[in-house]
Amino acid sequence: MADTLLSLRGLTRRFGGLTAVDDIDLDLAKGELISIIGPNGAGKTTLFNLVTGLDRPDAGVVRFEGQDITGLSPERLAAQGIARTFQLGRVFGNLSVMDNVLIGAHTRLRAVKPAVPVIGPLLELGLALLRPASVKAEEERLREEVKVILARFGERLLPRIDQPAYSLSYANRRRVEIARALALRPRLLLLDEPTAGMNPSETAEMQGLVAELKAEGLTILLIEHKLEMVMRLSDRVLVMDEGKKIAEGAGEAVRNDPKVIEAYLGHGLSGAAEQESAA
Amino acid sequence: MSSWLDYTINGLIVGNVYALVAVGLALIFGVSRLINFAQGSIYLVGAYIGWVAVVQLHTPLPLTIIVVAVAAALVGLIIERFGLRPLQNSVRIAPLLATIGISFVLDQLVMLTFSPNPRALPSQLPDVRFQVGGGTIGPLDLLIAGVGITSALLLFVFLRYSKLGWAVRATAQDRDAAMQMGVDVNRVNQAVFGIAAALGGVSGLLVGMYYNQIDTAMSLQATLKGVVAEVVGGAGNVPGAVIGSLLLGLVESYGVAVFGTSYRNLFAFLLLVVVLVLRPNGLFASARQAPPEPLTGTFIAPSRPVRIPRWALLVAVGVFAVLPLLPVSFYVLQTLINAWLLGMLALSLTLVAGTIGQVSLGHAALLAIGAYTSALLSLTFAVPVGLAIIAGGLMSAALGTALISPSFRLRGHYVSIATLAIGEIVSLVILNWESVTRGPIGISGIPPLSLFGYELISPTSIYWFSFAVMVVLALLQARLLSSHLGRSFRAIRDDDVAARAYGLSLNRYKSLAFIFGGFAAGVSGGIAAHLYSYINHETFNTQQSILALTVVILGGLGNVVGAIVGAVALVGLPEVFRIAAEYRILIYGIVLLLLVRFRPQGLLGTI
Repeated sequence: MADTLLSLRGLTRRFGGLTAVDDIDLDLAKGELISIIGPNGAGKTTLFNLVTGLDRPDAGVVRFEGQDITGLSPERLAAQGIARTFQLGRVFGNLSVMDNVLIGAHTRLRAVKPAVPVIGPLLELGLALLRPASVKAEEERLREEVKVILARFGERLLPRIDQPAYSLSYANRRRVEIARALALRPRLLLLDEPTAGMNPSETAEMQGLVAELKAEGLTILLIEHKLEMVMRLSDRVLVMDEGKKIAEGAGEAVRNDPKVIEAYLGHGLSGAAEQESAA
Repeated sequence: MSSWLDYTINGLIVGNVYALVAVGLALIFGVSRLINFAQGSIYLVGAYIGWVAVVQLHTPLPLTIIVVAVAAALVGLIIERFGLRPLQNSVRIAPLLATIGISFVLDQLVMLTFSPNPRALPSQLPDVRFQVGGGTIGPLDLLIAGVGITSALLLFVFLRYSKLGWAVRATAQDRDAAMQMGVDVNRVNQAVFGIAAALGGVSGLLVGMYYNQIDTAMSLQATLKGVVAEVVGGAGNVPGAVIGSLLLGLVESYGVAVFGTSYRNLFAFLLLVVVLVLRPNGLFASARQAPPEPLTGTFIAPSRPVRIPRWALLVAVGVFAVLPLLPVSFYVLQTLINAWLLGMLALSLTLVAGTIGQVSLGHAALLAIGAYTSALLSLTFAVPVGLAIIAGGLMSAALGTALISPSFRLRGHYVSIATLAIGEIVSLVILNWESVTRGPIGISGIPPLSLFGYELISPTSIYWFSFAVMVVLALLQARLLSSHLGRSFRAIRDDDVAARAYGLSLNRYKSLAFIFGGFAAGVSGGIAAHLYSYINHETFNTQQSILALTVVILGGLGNVVGAIVGAVALVGLPEVFRIAAEYRILIYGIVLLLLVRFRPQGLLGTI
């Protein structure tokens, strides 16, 4: 397919005896939103780590726009336009909201980071100290852009723009993470449980934002437990259990798949029943 | 080849001694993910208690060993209870810094009580040697081997079959789960510190008897060797620590056989750096493990830095600039010159340890590189002093960064160990590379400071020169921090995983931080060399590295103004109160301990 952005083939990652990601295939078209669901420990976050280079697969291939990117470093993948958020939230605690989001734009720095081999880093140091007009202009432009991105979250973040991230509420930290990802101008956005720990109204707000991003044409891979949100947003849903893909397809079809029901309810119910009988 | 057998026996005996220290370190690391830098001080205390028992109380050998073990265990319990337990919920760097502070306090107390002169610790065993194969072996060798094997067996039985031993192993595997299952983690910590200290103390006693001499310099050496052995075996791995110790003993012994005594430590630290780079989880860890999570996370206490208005800074700079014109004594100027030199080092370290989070314990090596470069250039090639100092800064930036770069892939406490080792390696290379550095003789007759042909000899001119250089470096660093590099460095410090996911190359930015910081430290070392006119491999030692770290923490990690305030406070206040030199290090240790406990963000706050 010409418009495939990301394709995974036979992606596998083992930790000792446990196969956390087991032979996963997936094609993500440009502009598509696919949700990955599954019980805790199904391997969803490990899959994200494999795609974003934080972990290397034991087998399988990751292609991005047709290029093999398997095992590339996270910094190179970020430069290719892959941005992600983290399940447990990884904002830079001592950096202000502004600086956190500016880090998101790091791969887009040009004036201060000339692409010169070998002496590039030294030039970067020199330019950071001397700050010629081009560097100043670039920094100013990015700062304005950050404000525009933060404005997407209404009055949640803008009034706190100079506050350190550690002082923010949990929900606001998640928002900062998404703002940081957007500042990268991603071609592929991976969201790992963006609504974890949010109340219903905050979840609805986040759902609205993700819908907006999708409408703007962004390609998104979403891990999410809140099924209603998944059903509303996703073009397709991929269900994982114990590392394996157990179902893939349109939301409703997946929802009624007996294997999915078993993975979600079967394990849970039989487990709960055992515990009860034991007690 | 009888000598080879002798070297092997010697290596195994020394390895046995290291094992007693390393096993304690491994136990402590296992339950609390802490590298206990005070372990060598307990070893020192053990040796001196042994001296008191043997020489003054004339105790028989078995009683000596018991007295030392019990007394050392008590010291360990006190350290755990009052030094470390209050820090359980503080930032991860805090306990490490506390053990450094404790180590300074203990060493200094021993030195003040017993004087720094070496003392003879007679072995209480008959001085006979038995022929074994082609080599010889004495009763003391057998005793050391016996104590090593016996304690290993006792420890094995304790960990395997006693209830408390189970609790120790459970805590080592998963502290939270152990707590939820009702394990009293405080008791586990106590037990572990007590055992580790008893082993460390006995080890000090045996080493003292083996060499028939004890002195206060033993402490740091023991900590370093124990840490090397422990990390080689895999941090927290008790059998690994034993094997690592024997390996270290053999490597050293064979190294000495081939190259000579002054190379002993060089081999130890090279072994450490090689293991850290190639197998950071130790020789016996499986190849691909998940990263050691407990060592990650925010290193820096969240705080809001104190904002100092610009005019106040300008006033302060103005006051210090005109100070020599006022009727102040040479003594005050001299003190402040030292403060400015230390301030430059602190600027460098606050960038590296504070801003980008690489807590370096070997920063004095950067001073040494700058000092030697500048001294040799001006002496040998008659390079003008001003240029030589700049060249010293550049050399320190380049060479220092290259030397430290193997540690860039490490995290947390491992960075501190690696930088400590690299610092020692620099000092040992200076000692052994006689054709360039003049080895143990040092460099004398270094020309005095001069600028554009004018010699700076009066204290006033030296004061202005060093103050001006420091202010320029501080301004440059402040400018760096306000650029995109400032936020990039701080992002890497706060969360290197997220930073990489956003395109920040750790190697690139850690290198830039060390290049910038290395320059400042190298310039400081260069100026010092021309000021002292004589330097040797011990002029810039680990004590200075730790002093600089205390300054940086006092001022607030990453805080430019804080680094200078800290330097003035720690150099100036002891002078003002006329505190004798031997008490100063004690005070630095206590200051470090109090800061870590009560104000981890420092005076002016972390940036």
